[in-house]
Amino acid sequence: MSEVVVSGVGMHPFGRFDGVSTTDLGVAAVRAALAEAGVGQGGFQAAFCATAYGGVATGHKVLSRLGMTGMPIVDVEAGCASGGAALMLAAGAIRSGQYDTVLVFGTEKMPRGIIRSSFFEPWQEAAGLAATPAFFGLRAQRLAMTSGVTKAHLAQVVVKNRRHGVANPDAMYQKEVAAAEVLASRVVCEPLHLFMLCSPNEGAAAVVLTADTGPPPSNGSPIRLAAAVLRSHLPGAVLSESTPLSGLTDDTVPSPTTLAARAAFEEAGLGPDDLQVVECQDTDAARELLSYEEIGLCGAGGSAALLESGNTALGGRLPVNPSGGLLSKGEPLGASALGQVVELVRQLRGQCGSRQVEGARTALSHTVGRGANAGVVILTR
Amino acid sequence: MVREGLFTDADPPALLGSRCRSCRAYHFPRHDTCPYCAAAEPEATELSRRGTLWAWTAVTAPPPGYEGDTPYGMGVVELPEGIRVITRLTESDPAQLVAGQAMALQVVRLHADAEGNDVVTFAFAPTGAP
Repeated sequence: MSEVVVSGVGMHPFGRFDGVSTTDLGVAAVRAALAEAGVGQGGFQAAFCATAYGGVATGHKVLSRLGMTGMPIVDVEAGCASGGAALMLAAGAIRSGQYDTVLVFGTEKMPRGIIRSSFFEPWQEAAGLAATPAFFGLRAQRLAMTSGVTKAHLAQVVVKNRRHGVANPDAMYQKEVAAAEVLASRVVCEPLHLFMLCSPNEGAAAVVLTADTGPPPSNGSPIRLAAAVLRSHLPGAVLSESTPLSGLTDDTVPSPTTLAARAAFEEAGLGPDDLQVVECQDTDAARELLSYEEIGLCGAGGSAALLESGNTALGGRLPVNPSGGLLSKGEPLGASALGQVVELVRQLRGQCGSRQVEGARTALSHTVGRGANAGVVILTR
Repeated sequence: MVREGLFTDADPPALLGSRCRSCRAYHFPRHDTCPYCAAAEPEATELSRRGTLWAWTAVTAPPPGYEGDTPYGMGVVELPEGIRVITRLTESDPAQLVAGQAMALQVVRLHADAEGNDVVTFAFAPTGAP
């Protein structure tokens, strides 16, 4: 079985770009990743394009603009984990020997405001039960009950990630916020205030994966894709990202994130203690803390203590979201997971300047969202 | 009614659920296959009208496709059948509610349709002081 390495990454910054199309965004990211990998026309045998709102044949439109078609081009939709799903398909194809080099990219322009999702039936919208932030709020309240997470903790997550984002030129918000400002922003759905929620926005990210058979890349030590796993939900958890109308009074049903993380650690032959840097889903501040517990960065109920320890901030033992996270970058669904992977590849190469996690050798990316879908990617150098 | 088959509009109303003939788990809304064990044709049942509050919040701005008033309460109510149901709440101030308090099912008005008829849905209301 071939090992899979990352031979090039590229990004279009995340933000709002009026007059720039979904195709334009994708072209910028793909061009950068192919240039870094030294791959031109005919240099990859398949392409997977992650997008949720891009529409029909988004990937084809991007690659047509670059004069690179003829190979299979497949659009992949798995909610917030779309990029993780695309990466899993590409890595599997390379490992099996089907392809040597595969292009994976995500591109997205999200509608403004609360995300309208075709996931919900019209009656759920009419009944007010398609209020996405309310599900985040309910999950945050449960985390308060089970893990002692307070509003001060939620504000601390925002302050941490926004501080990290100051040093990221690809982030939408590159300005610090104080806890008092977070808590003074309007309540969207208790206990979540506006600044505790990420902004749906626009952007693109691209990754070139290659079978590890060729000469070492010219841009430094190779970054190995040690695991790329996608899992869906098991039924029973009422506040799961699968957004059911009911669940069981059984708190032992593992979350899709836990299922994906366990499988990824097994695939990589590694555990949470081996990580030096993590990018995780922080759609809202509570989601980051829940991710700590579900990935296994701490035990159940331990997320508030882990945050308080300072270990998940830059300079700590295991910085989480050194890119600034979605709270700083915003979230273009199809591009968010690959944006994390781009950040982590740059972290492992030591290219991140003042937000660099010194000496990072093993990194984990995590996305989870509607479906439910959870993607976990582990990278090593 | 916002969708047929979710609840009875009797007084008092009841949610329409189902129960698996194999693993005995309850479902809401009615399923034609058990989501837990994949057994076919669960039996139809009416669910308990009373339960306890498990989680709650309020929606402060109208989400896409919603024509009713804001703010409104939204939460999770635990029923004696061993299930938790996502529901509107009649109480839109989260500070007025506490975990575990008794709740009862009601039918509430959402908005008027194009012919001027009220569109209604199910909601849970606190049954007394918390």
